[in-house]
Amino acid sequence: MSERAIGSMEAEFRAKRAAGRKLLVPYITGGLPGWQDALRAAVAAGADAIEIGIPFSDPVMDGPIIQQASQAALEAGATPVSILHDARALDVSVPLAVMTYYNTVHHAGHERFAAQLASAGIVAAIVPDLPLEESGPWCTAADAAGIETVMLAAPTAPDERLPRVAARARGFVYSVGLLGVTGERDVLAHTAAALARRLKAITDVPVLIGVGVSNAAQAREACEVADGVVMGASVVRRLLEGGADAVGEFVADVRAVIDR
Amino acid sequence: MSLMADPSATGRFGEFGGRFVPETLVPACQELEAAFIDAWADPAFRAELHHLLTSYAGRPSIITECTNLSDELGLRLLLKREDLNHTGSHKINNVLGQALLAKRMGKTRLVAETGAGQHGVASATAAALMGMQCKVYMGAVDVERQELNVFRMKLLGSEVEAVHSGSRTLKDAVNEAMRDWVATVETTHYCLGSVMGPHPYPWMVREFHRVLGEEARAQSIALLGDVPDVAVACVGGGSNAIGLFSGFVDDRTRLVGVEPAGGAAVSRAQPGVVHGMRSYLMQDEYGQVQEAHSISAGLDYPGVGPEHSYLASIGRAEYPNVTDAEVVSAFQLLARTEGIITALESAHALAWIVRAAPELRGQTVLMNLSGRGDKDVAQMMDVLGK
Repeated sequence: MSERAIGSMEAEFRAKRAAGRKLLVPYITGGLPGWQDALRAAVAAGADAIEIGIPFSDPVMDGPIIQQASQAALEAGATPVSILHDARALDVSVPLAVMTYYNTVHHAGHERFAAQLASAGIVAAIVPDLPLEESGPWCTAADAAGIETVMLAAPTAPDERLPRVAARARGFVYSVGLLGVTGERDVLAHTAAALARRLKAITDVPVLIGVGVSNAAQAREACEVADGVVMGASVVRRLLEGGADAVGEFVADVRAVIDR
Repeated sequence: MSLMADPSATGRFGEFGGRFVPETLVPACQELEAAFIDAWADPAFRAELHHLLTSYAGRPSIITECTNLSDELGLRLLLKREDLNHTGSHKINNVLGQALLAKRMGKTRLVAETGAGQHGVASATAAALMGMQCKVYMGAVDVERQELNVFRMKLLGSEVEAVHSGSRTLKDAVNEAMRDWVATVETTHYCLGSVMGPHPYPWMVREFHRVLGEEARAQSIALLGDVPDVAVACVGGGSNAIGLFSGFVDDRTRLVGVEPAGGAAVSRAQPGVVHGMRSYLMQDEYGQVQEAHSISAGLDYPGVGPEHSYLASIGRAEYPNVTDAEVVSAFQLLARTEGIITALESAHALAWIVRAAPELRGQTVLMNLSGRGDKDVAQMMDVLGK
């Protein structure tokens, strides 16, 4: 394997981790009415990076809230091109990542999509239906364009698989919190800490828990083991119900609790 | 080597196939692949499946020569009667194989998607037979137009969940079944209903349907003294077509898979990735999957199994499409001339034969009659008037 380059988002995450800060990455569905204001509010409230969802017609890793948001964004006319165009104008102080399904990447073409991300100021990509074995061509294009590809690790992974996933991960390792799709849950699944602990034991790439981290208390619990959290459905629900202000208040609340 | 040999180690047929699933499901797909390879090489597993196919499903299915319709069309038409299998379609072949395999793997629960309800009914049947739990996801549109099959599944002890997301048809039922599987993978087997999805499904489901192609080849030779000139089947995901083609792919037989005009993924020849596979896919300029529209719920699918994309790309099989109106005519024609009420899905194959009859003059044509039409009678009553 060639030498592992550390991209700008990962460098920033490592530096913050070294300074004792837990990392908070809210997810916002791009193209949803008000998404840019919500994104700025999340940054102002203390987000360390933002994951922008590029909606896809068939989001198999997503539960009802993000499905509903994706559908609404598509009905509002959102496309990968329009979202990246809008992202370019955001001018925020934290790294921006995109989350999208592989057909969006495949259809555009690997090199072209990576170039589109780079020119929109996006530094990282998360593609939840592109597992390690299929990721080679995209990762080659992403590496060349300076896009950090975040890899997901799942509770079902046997021990021998995790080091290979972590070795291919750039930016951070997305430690999937539970067996299931995105969405809010009453309690943090017991699998969340267990997987994060296994990952922390084998990699120094930042490990963030996402999927099923639903409120400030759960985020704090996750951060006892992990380097941070990704929060999706809980953020998107607030955007759908209360707009940018509700997103800002929620992120500020989570920030305060995980910093305590 | 056969043109329909095993796929590559990454589950590819040419450049199609693969395993594009969430990380959570990768170990499950790997485990399934290993279990299938092991079972398929095990004479005891084969014997048990053979026993079920012969003593429960009613195999082998017969071949019927359509003398009346042959005269009318000016060709020699044979039907492979998968409609006479238990549960009324070819779907039982695959489901018995997968349910046996799931039991062997220690799984206690099946989830399945269904369009017309044929695969759902077959899955519910196998679950009842083998004492497993079963949950079937079905698009809300299809629940409405196939209420008889919904009731059948419930009678058989399965839970049926109507899917209200997206186009509310087969595509969305697959999404919801995959979401269920992501959450329940430790106890649950996803009993996928066609030659689609992530590796090893397209390969495994083909192997479970190979029995119908092998029977059809032997029966054709017994009846005709030769393989047929043309073999025809309808294609949604493409499982009954792949079963039929497997019997003739290395012969001179012309292979024809018939898609609905509103779900003609192969004609558009645009590769995409959804439901775990790279294959031809109906999609817009940004890669959003488009909704298929067909009179038959079972073919209402914007993609197609990857091996069909491969066979099309190398020119070994052809994939024309027919309109709903042609399908309705063919449905009536077979009932009137041969006394057989076909499923609307299988009527697509006949619709193409009727259209192509002038160029097929004098040829032997073997069509897979993949399912019976009882489930479609209520819908056709609305279309044709009482």
